[in-house]
Amino acid sequence: MAYLGNPPDTQKDMLAELGLTRHSELFRSIPESLRFKGDLNLPPAETEMDLVRHVRTLAKRNRPAGDTVSFLGGGVYDHFIPSAIDALTSRGEFLTCYTPYQAEASQGTLQILWEYQTMIAELTGMELANASLYDGASAVAEAAMMAAAVTRRRKVIVSQTLHPESLACLKTYLINTDLEPVTVPWKNGAADMETIAGLLDDETACVIAQTPNFFGVIEPMEKLSEMAHAIGALLVVSVDPISLGLLASPGEYEADIVVGEGQSLGLPMNMGGPSLGFLATRKKFARQIPGRLVGRTVDHHGKACFCLTLQTREQHIRREKATSNICTNEGLMTVRAMLYLSLVGAAGLKEVARLCAAKAHYLAEGLSQIKGFGVRYAAPFFKEFVLECDQDADRVLARVAKHGILGGVPMARFYPQMSNRLLVAVTEKRTRAELDAFIAAVSQ
Amino acid sequence: MPEPLIFDKSQPGQRAVEFPPSDVPNAGPVLPENLLRRKPPRLPEVAERSVVRHLTILSRENFSVDTNFYPLGSCTMKYNPRVNEQLSGLPEFTGLHPYQFDEDCQGTLAILWQLQEMLKEITGLPGVSLQPAAGAHGELTAMLMFAAWFRDRGERRTTILVPDSAHGTNPASAAIAGFKIVQVRSNEHGLIDLDDLRSKLDASVAGMMLTCPNTLGLFETDVGEVAKLLHGVGAKLYIDGANLNAILGVTRPGDWGADALHINTHKTLSTPHGGGGPGAGPIAVAADLVPFLPVPRIERGETGVFHLVDTGHPKSIGRVRAFLGQTGVLLRAYCYLRRLGARGVRETAENAVLNARYLQSRCPKDFATPYAGDCMHEFVLSGTPLKKAFGVRTLDVAKRLIDRGIHPPTVYFPLIVDEAMMIEPTETERRRTLDWFADVLAEIVAEAKADADQLHDAPHTTSISRADEVRAARDLDLRYTWDEAK
Amino acid sequence: MSNPKGCKYTESHEWCRTEGPAAVVGITQHAAEQLTDLVYIDLPSVGDTVSAGQPFGEIESVKAVGELNSPVSGEVVEVNQAVLDDVSIISSDAFEAGWLIKVRLSNPGELDGLMDAAEYDKILADH
Repeated sequence: MAYLGNPPDTQKDMLAELGLTRHSELFRSIPESLRFKGDLNLPPAETEMDLVRHVRTLAKRNRPAGDTVSFLGGGVYDHFIPSAIDALTSRGEFLTCYTPYQAEASQGTLQILWEYQTMIAELTGMELANASLYDGASAVAEAAMMAAAVTRRRKVIVSQTLHPESLACLKTYLINTDLEPVTVPWKNGAADMETIAGLLDDETACVIAQTPNFFGVIEPMEKLSEMAHAIGALLVVSVDPISLGLLASPGEYEADIVVGEGQSLGLPMNMGGPSLGFLATRKKFARQIPGRLVGRTVDHHGKACFCLTLQTREQHIRREKATSNICTNEGLMTVRAMLYLSLVGAAGLKEVARLCAAKAHYLAEGLSQIKGFGVRYAAPFFKEFVLECDQDADRVLARVAKHGILGGVPMARFYPQMSNRLLVAVTEKRTRAELDAFIAAVSQ
Repeated sequence: MPEPLIFDKSQPGQRAVEFPPSDVPNAGPVLPENLLRRKPPRLPEVAERSVVRHLTILSRENFSVDTNFYPLGSCTMKYNPRVNEQLSGLPEFTGLHPYQFDEDCQGTLAILWQLQEMLKEITGLPGVSLQPAAGAHGELTAMLMFAAWFRDRGERRTTILVPDSAHGTNPASAAIAGFKIVQVRSNEHGLIDLDDLRSKLDASVAGMMLTCPNTLGLFETDVGEVAKLLHGVGAKLYIDGANLNAILGVTRPGDWGADALHINTHKTLSTPHGGGGPGAGPIAVAADLVPFLPVPRIERGETGVFHLVDTGHPKSIGRVRAFLGQTGVLLRAYCYLRRLGARGVRETAENAVLNARYLQSRCPKDFATPYAGDCMHEFVLSGTPLKKAFGVRTLDVAKRLIDRGIHPPTVYFPLIVDEAMMIEPTETERRRTLDWFADVLAEIVAEAKADADQLHDAPHTTSISRADEVRAARDLDLRYTWDEAK
Repeated sequence: MSNPKGCKYTESHEWCRTEGPAAVVGITQHAAEQLTDLVYIDLPSVGDTVSAGQPFGEIESVKAVGELNSPVSGEVVEVNQAVLDDVSIISSDAFEAGWLIKVRLSNPGELDGLMDAAEYDKILADH
C-alpha cells in the first residue's frame, strides 16, 4: 500500500524487535469476540492511475454551474476567484498543518488568521472577528447562543426572511436547550417590524435578521437595531460579505453580532462545502465569542508575534461550560478569504458589488418587461431577487436550460406555495450578452 | 515577526485584481442613501506580487506534515495524498452549485453515496450522514439525535456520561445539545471504571460518549460490556471516532454495540487539516437512529439515479448546517478509501499501531509511562520525572523539539496524566524517522541533566522565541488598528 | 507562605475574615499559585447575593479556569475594583490587596463551619 511508511520487510523487523511475528498480534488488547473476521466488503484498491481515470469519468457526470451561465444563488454564488488563491492555498505548509496550538511553529497560519480577523472586522464595521465557524447557517445558531449568554435572556426572535436552511439549523441547535426561538413570518418580502415590535420584551436575547434577506431584499436594519436596543436585546445580522462593498456595514447600524457565509470571498462553490462561517462582534463580548481567536503579543525577547488566545472560553479547557463545542473550524478557507480581500481590496470589492447590483437590476428590469413576469417584492434589492412568473417556475427553468442557462433556484424548493417563483442571483461574472440571452429565453 | 503585516505593505492606489467596467447601460441601482455604506473597509492596497511574497514567506513559518515529523497525538497527522487534491479540485466538482438539479450532480452524488456505503462497512453501522462539518459537529449531531430519539418515545433523559479522559469537545457537544454532564472515572489501567459507570447509570442517562481506543491510546477492553450496561438502562453508546485509525478493518464499533460514532476525515481518512479545517465529521448510526439522521439525505433510486432528499423524513433532527456538507473534503476521503481497498484499510491500522508500539519501545525511559497497557496508534508519556529531577517541564521538551525540526506531540492532554505528552506517529512515517525522534528525545533528556536553561528558553531556532500567552490574554490585541501605522 | 491566623478557609481554597457585619472574601496564595499566571477574574456586582458553598465568580489563567466558591452567604456590599483592573494583584498579595468581595453576612453562624489556619495548613500539607 503506497501510503505506508515502511515496506513489508522493515515492518517484519519492527515486529521482531517487539517480539512479535504477525501484525495481528498488535491487537491482543482487543477481545477476540470483538474482532472483525475476514476482509471488509469494500471496493478493490485502485492504483493512482486507475483512480484518476475512474474519478474523472464520474466527474463528467456532473454539469457544473461554474461552466455555464448560472443565475443560481441562495447563499452560494458564482463570483470570480483570483488565480493566486489556489496557487497559494495549495502550499503544503498551509494545507498540511494542524490548528496552531504551538505558536512558535505556526506563525504563518497565526499571522494570516489575525489579518483575516482584522479584515472581517473592517468589512462588517465591527470591533473584532473570530477565526471562523463552520458555515453561515451554523454561525447563526452560534450567534443566538452567544446572545443568550451575553444577555442572560432566553427568547430569540427571528425573521423568517432568514435563509430557510439557516432557520432550520437554528431550530435544530436550539430544540433541546432552554432557548426559545420565535419565528416571525415576513411581510412584503421583508421583516415584519410591527410583529417583531410586539414580541420584543425584557426576556428577548436577540433579534435575528439577514440582509439582503433570502428574497434578496435589503432589510430596514437601522430600525430593527433601534427596536432591539431599546429593550436591551442584541441585534444579530447575517450578511452577504460582497454586499458590504456597497451597502451599509452592520457596524454602521450598531449591530451586536454579525455572521455570514464567506463562500463569496474566494471559495469555490463546491456544492456548498467546504464553507466559511464568519462571526464579528463588539470587543466587550470577546469572552462570549464561540470558536478560536488569534491575539497579537510579544515573545520573550519583546518581538511581536501571534498566538491563540482567550482559550479558556473553549471546549478543551472549559469543557461543558465552553462558549461552543467547535474545535476544528475552517482554517484554510480563512486563508482564501484573507487572500481574496487582499487581492481585491476595498476598491475591487466596491467594483464587484456595483457590478452585481447593476447587472441584477438590468436583468430585473428586462425580465419585468415580459408580460406575466415581474419582480415579486417592490423593496430595494442588491444582487438577487424573486422573479414572479405567470407559469410554473420549473417550466421557465426548462425553457432557459435549452439555451444553456441555469435560470435560478425554484422557490418551491423551500416554500411549496411559491411554485411560480424563482430566486435569481446575478454576479459580476455575467455579461450583458448573457443577461440578454436569459431575457430572450424567458420571453419565448 | 519575520514578515510585516499585510496592512503595513499597503500602498494607496495599488491594485492586484481589477474588474471590467460595467457593460450594462444603467449605472447601478438607485438605492436610498441610508442603505449605503458610509465608511469603506480599510483593506490592504497591494500588488499580486506582494500578496504572493507575503504568503510564501509566512508559509515558511509553519511546521506541517509536508515539511516536518508531526506526531501530534489524537490528531492523526498522516500524509495527505496529492491525488486527492488534484481530483477534488476538478472544475466538474468545484463548480457545482448546491441548488443544481440532482441530474446535474450525478457524479458527485454517486461518489458521496458510495462513500456512505464504505463508511457503513468500516463502522459496522447501517446509517450514515455526511453532513457534519467536523468531529465536534458530528458529536453534536449525534447528541441531538439521542435527544430526539428519547423525545420520540416520550421519554425525557437529561444526562450524558463522559469519562475523565475525554476530549473537551465531548462534554461541550453534549452540553450544547441540552444535556447535563456526569463524569465517569478511569481505573488504574487507564480504562473505564465499570463500577463507577454502574453507580452512575439510571433512567436519567441518555447515553455515554466514549473514545475508543481512548485518549491514552488504549483499547477499552470492556467496551462490549459498557454497551450492554448502557443498553440495560435504555441508554445509548456514542463512540468518539477520533482514534478510528487504530482499528480500521480490525474491529468495528457497530459490532461492539455502539449506537453512533463520528469519523474525522481529516484524521483517519487523510484529508488535510488546513491549519484547523476544513474537516468533515460524518456520523454512522444504528438502525433505530436512522430515521433521526439529519437532512438532506443522499438516496439511490431504483434506476440507479441518486437524489438529494430533504423531505419525507418526519423524525429527522433537521439540518445542522446549510447545504449537503463539506463536499470537497468528502471527495478526498472517497479517493483515499478507493486507493486503499479492504486490505489497505487494514494495513493502515496495522502500521499505525506498529509504528506507535515501536516508537514507544524506543522512547527514553526517563519519561514515565503512567498506564502500562499495549498502546494502539498512540501512547502517552509523562514528563513528571524530568520535572521533579531537573525542573524541566513537558512544555520545555515540546518547545525544544521545535528546535530539532519536529512538531511537538500533544501536550497536557489527557488531563488525567500529569505533564502529559501524547505521541501519534501515524502509519505514513518510516522507521528511520521514528528512531530519529526517539534519539532526539534522549538528547533532550541529556540536555535537561546538563543545562536545563537551554530548555526553558527553547525554541531557539524559530524566528520568534516563546510567545507571551499571558500578555495575549490580559491585553487583548485581536486586530490591526491603523493608529499604529502612524 | 503562611496562611493568616485571622482568616477562615474553605477546602476549595477561599479565605474570609470578618470586618464588622461583613466578611472579606478572597482566594488563598496557594490557589493563586496553582493557577499560575492569572489573566482574568469575573466577580458579582454590588447588591448580588452569594451563598455559602456556591460559585460567585470565576478566575482564569491562560490554560485553566477556577470556580470561586463563597465561604459565606449574604449580600455583596463591595467589590475590589483593583483586582478587576489588574488580576495579577491576587498573585502578589492574595490576603490583603488581592481581596475579592465583601459580603454582608446573612448567616454569621456559617463561619463556624469553616477551617481555621491550622486546619487549612494541614490540608495543604497532605496535598
